[in-house]
Amino acid sequence: MSTLKMSPKRITFFIPALILILVFVVYPIVATIFLSFNINPIPGVNIVERPPGLENYVKIVSDKRFINPEGIKTLSFPMGAIVHNIIWIAIHLPLTLIIGILFAVFLQYVKGGSIIRSFIFLGMVIPMIVGGLLIQFSFDKDLGVVNLLLRIFGLGFLAKSWTIYPDTALFSLILGSVWLWSGFTVTMYSAGLSSLPREVIEAAIVDGADFKTILFKIIIPMLKPVTLTVVAMTILWDLKIFDIVYASTQGGPGGASTVLALLMYEYFARLGDYAMSATVATILTIIVIPVVILWIRSIMKGEKE
Amino acid sequence: MKKAFKLRKPGLLGSPFKILILNFIAWIVGVLWITPFIGIFMTSIRPFREVVIYGWWAFAPFTFTLKNYIDALFNPMFSLGKGILNSFIIAIPSTLIPVSIAALTAYGFARFSLPVKKYLFATILFLMAVPQQMTIIPIFFLLRNLHLLNTYLGLILIHSSWGIPWITFFLRNYFSLLPVELEEAARVDGATDFQVFRKVVLPLALPGLISASVLQFAWVWNDFFFALMLIFDPNKMVVTQMLPRLKGQYQVDWGLLSSGSVIAMLAPLLIYALFNRYYMRGFRGWAMKR
Repeated sequence: MSTLKMSPKRITFFIPALILILVFVVYPIVATIFLSFNINPIPGVNIVERPPGLENYVKIVSDKRFINPEGIKTLSFPMGAIVHNIIWIAIHLPLTLIIGILFAVFLQYVKGGSIIRSFIFLGMVIPMIVGGLLIQFSFDKDLGVVNLLLRIFGLGFLAKSWTIYPDTALFSLILGSVWLWSGFTVTMYSAGLSSLPREVIEAAIVDGADFKTILFKIIIPMLKPVTLTVVAMTILWDLKIFDIVYASTQGGPGGASTVLALLMYEYFARLGDYAMSATVATILTIIVIPVVILWIRSIMKGEKE
Repeated sequence: MKKAFKLRKPGLLGSPFKILILNFIAWIVGVLWITPFIGIFMTSIRPFREVVIYGWWAFAPFTFTLKNYIDALFNPMFSLGKGILNSFIIAIPSTLIPVSIAALTAYGFARFSLPVKKYLFATILFLMAVPQQMTIIPIFFLLRNLHLLNTYLGLILIHSSWGIPWITFFLRNYFSLLPVELEEAARVDGATDFQVFRKVVLPLALPGLISASVLQFAWVWNDFFFALMLIFDPNKMVVTQMLPRLKGQYQVDWGLLSSGSVIAMLAPLLIYALFNRYYMRGFRGWAMKR
């Protein structure tokens, strides 16, 4: 493809985007980092209450809502926002990957498979605030489909409002997030599957390979680029999770289902401690960065080809 | 044209009976998957008392009512009718502005040589992935200083800026796949860059522009966090922001909340249904390289 030489006139193509991004995205990111070290980066307001330094980071580590050693020791909730986020990834990521691959492959055999696929995709279409309410609704003692199923299978004695107890609140939300997010993995894997070279698989079939071999030895390895994207996106989504929790449990009961983004919001809105809020945001971003780099690398590699 | 990959091969998965079982299970799972949607809809069109006693799945008795919808749309504190209107007021400009601006930038990326193109591109990708939380505190005070806090314009500016990186990324990929011959011909005829862009490139790229607009609109409509942080006036709140406020203090009023949920998700669902092809193309482009 031909590339055109840069000229002063051509720079104007970039100016509007550059201004908006610098003012409303890049500057705020840098300012948040400064703020987390108690250095006020915003002219005209005084929102820093402590001397410059690492104090906020020391403070946050000893905040029970961030990490709660007692809860971790006794394996009871709350364990702290950062632990909850890690648990979220540990459960959500493998489940959603498995569902993604299984549905993408097996729906090829199902009549009306594309209808089922779009059913599953609905979770991606709706506002996550509604998603959170639907999760709470589905786990409700009287109205929820989860408890209805339990009763049908004779496990009615287990029926309860799962989201209002500390032991089960976080797990309910995580399972709900699998339900909402699987539309993403199924769609990505289905797209990946349809772009595989069919010759390789047809050759394997001719050679007499069975279904299991084809799935584990050919399809899954060939889908590795898709898996990389899906894993990165899922981890990012799990770390940033906010709406679902805000709508259903508000992080409760007693902080048993709180997450980093919600803690950041609490510092901001309820406590008005902007520097601490910025500290939580910065920590969240630092955790996100390795995943982002991995993702950027994979895209840049694809660019070269 | 390479044929799309299809695994379907008689015998590979076993007997036709096994495939029948698979079909059966898949459909059960598929229906279970949308049961929460069915449940919330059934709850929304019946008196809440009836649903609590018999369950939304019971059909005797069945009383149809629109009371929940009327209560939600004309709620005295948080009127979802007003919320829908506000969501449109925010989401339409927050789609048109970044798509126009990002289209220019994306064209530049696709066609002009830039000294540090690779790094700029990586920066755009980075900005696509940064958490909203990382920007919101300075944005809050920046808008306050500009007297744009708690205004439509403030939120529109933020959504527009936030949308530019991903739309640029998406459209750049789209533009670089377009044939350059027409553009070259126009240049030979003496057209300026901007004329080429407007008269030749944009019409060719229309499907891509629609995809980007559809996804950006849905994204802004569905957003909760920016609105929560930047709008406080109940008269200016968007629909996603009002919805959690309809929850009662002590007991959750699912009658009100179910109709509210249906109202809030109607626009994105319609967009998904009406622009399905564009939606899916944009969706994949949002996450993948091509």
